[in-house]
Amino acid sequence: MGFTGESKGFINYIYDRYKNLRIKDITLVFEGQITHQVMKALTGLVEEQLDEVEDEKVLRRVYHVMVESLQNINRHAEAYEYRGHPYPGMGLVLVAKNKERFQVTTGNIVEDAHAEEIALFLGKLNNMDQDSLDDLYKKQLREGAVTPKGSAGLGFIDIRRKTGNLLDYSFVSIDKETSFFIFTSIITR
Amino acid sequence: METLRIEQTDDSPQVILDQEDNQFELSGKSLPEHVVDFYQPVMDWLNKYSETPLSKTIFNIRLIYFNTASSKLILDILMIFEEMVAEGHDVVIRWHSLRSDDDMQEAGKEYDEMIDVPFEHVVYDK
Repeated sequence: MGFTGESKGFINYIYDRYKNLRIKDITLVFEGQITHQVMKALTGLVEEQLDEVEDEKVLRRVYHVMVESLQNINRHAEAYEYRGHPYPGMGLVLVAKNKERFQVTTGNIVEDAHAEEIALFLGKLNNMDQDSLDDLYKKQLREGAVTPKGSAGLGFIDIRRKTGNLLDYSFVSIDKETSFFIFTSIITR
Repeated sequence: METLRIEQTDDSPQVILDQEDNQFELSGKSLPEHVVDFYQPVMDWLNKYSETPLSKTIFNIRLIYFNTASSKLILDILMIFEEMVAEGHDVVIRWHSLRSDDDMQEAGKEYDEMIDVPFEHVVYDK
């Protein structure tokens, strides 16, 4: 399973959506295998760049959103196959800012069946108010179990409730079975 | 009981579980790659300790960051203390947060609401 098409950079999937971003707006762009070490390196890099120039609370939230989004890729991304070689955990991350906000965008390959589930869940989260989000988080915390991959099913809920902003998501079809999942969180400055 | 000490790394917290010196602490950052494996020895130690605990146990949590996967394991740890309290033991969770870190203070309050163990919320400056 997985994407077996021609070698197309993931950045192309998000380019149209974000082509208005100026270079000076971009804090970080990375495309590649999101291992645990890479996640730590990228979050560390952003922390270092924003330390002392950005409000601590904003920085902490950007950091947290990056950790959760990148760990999702690390645990859930479908492998990218190129010339018979599978590349697990391949993904893209873009961190950008303007005067009002930071955006953290991630992209990775998902199976279409899974894409539907994700879309339903994110849509549900977007329709919930703060109190219901807190209740859902606590319910999942109490009742959920950590999977062997290390997921507690809390990442999206926590991003939605901590940022207080709507989650932006879309899926670009790649082939009959897979799509490219683009997920953007907004952190108000 | 033999003391359990785990040194802190850039993605995992320092753990001190020392019955002899009456010191129980979890501090630093928690986003380890294998979160269940990391906390297993902590859970094992506390489960054993809960059979014959000190007359009063103060468990200090002084985290500066934890990811959502860790939050589940923190709840599991707190549930061991809840069980101890239910059995009549004296336990206090001392939850330390940086003054500027509203999210950490809020997380402490949430656990406090979820768990039947006395909490003390301590706010510190850098």
